[in-house]
Amino acid sequence: MEVRWGILIIIIGTALVTFLPRVLPLMVLSRFELPEWGTRWLSFVPISVMAALVGQEIFMNDGELSLSFRNLDLIAAIPTFLVAVKTRSLLATVLCGIISMMLLRFFF
Amino acid sequence: MGQVNAQMETIPAPQNSDTFIQGVKDCIPTLLGYLSIGFAAGVVEKTAGLSIAEIVLLSFILYAGSAQFIAAGMIAVNSSAMAIIITVFFVNLRHILLSAALSPYFRHLSPLKNMLIGTLLTDETFGVAINKAAEKKAISERWMQGLNLTAWINWVVANIAGAYFGNWISNPEKFGLNYALPAMFIGLLVLSMISRRKIVLDIIVGVLAIVIAVGVSMMFSSSLGVILATIFASTIGMVIEKWK
Repeated sequence: MEVRWGILIIIIGTALVTFLPRVLPLMVLSRFELPEWGTRWLSFVPISVMAALVGQEIFMNDGELSLSFRNLDLIAAIPTFLVAVKTRSLLATVLCGIISMMLLRFFF
Repeated sequence: MGQVNAQMETIPAPQNSDTFIQGVKDCIPTLLGYLSIGFAAGVVEKTAGLSIAEIVLLSFILYAGSAQFIAAGMIAVNSSAMAIIITVFFVNLRHILLSAALSPYFRHLSPLKNMLIGTLLTDETFGVAINKAAEKKAISERWMQGLNLTAWINWVVANIAGAYFGNWISNPEKFGLNYALPAMFIGLLVLSMISRRKIVLDIIVGVLAIVIAVGVSMMFSSSLGVILATIFASTIGMVIEKWK
């Protein structure tokens, strides 16, 4: 049962920065309300973050832009995206992604 | 309200019951989905070099799917603790919205009790809770604790199972398991767009975020890419929406 110091610091640090946005609005918002532009800005945050992460995952390979057919991450994204739109189910999307990638690795 | 609709269609109609046990029961439809993601997270964490004890702590204390994948990925490539913490901060900032949206239903509780409820807030528990709230003015504390604790335990168990499984397979890539993360991001992105009915604006913001993220990552670092993409794309979305 080994826990390295460096990892423990990462766990505690990430947990703390996750804890604050989880609890502060619940604790405070019965007294205050966010200004309208604040809620509006926040409403775009999930899309921006997820799009940025998806972009890095599928368009990049080892820090380089990769738009070729050999970029399997990009190819697997196509069926995954379609299943997400069609089913609107996170489970189906994740399973489709894993299976697509497994098949691509098997054939290429 | 973003990715919260992820499990909406599978949630049964709320019953006239506010007990802890009912909270546990209302969590059940979401268990399978997060069991699979937690399992994949466990495998990826294990192959990123984390020990079982570290994985238990990570899933217990951090308790956030996408953040755990990101932390594992960044630990694997020896990113600094500060870069990992900042990236996770931005990835999890969306919880502000979930927490803010639930706040009207817990006004009858003390700040301390609100803190305990918020600590275990996730996309899935939010989805179930907001569905429950549609019928009522307030949500019972016990029901929410039942929901939260069930989801939490399920997540930790899934991570541990994945971690043990990760011992057996030397390369999760071969089985496509490392693609659970991009697939989950794609799913969350699509779900958060579909639920908002602002599709043109959302696509503009999304494309902008991708371009900034990729561009900045190539020049500087990938965590800075996520941070700048989030700030700029969200600001432009807000400004365009304000103009119209």
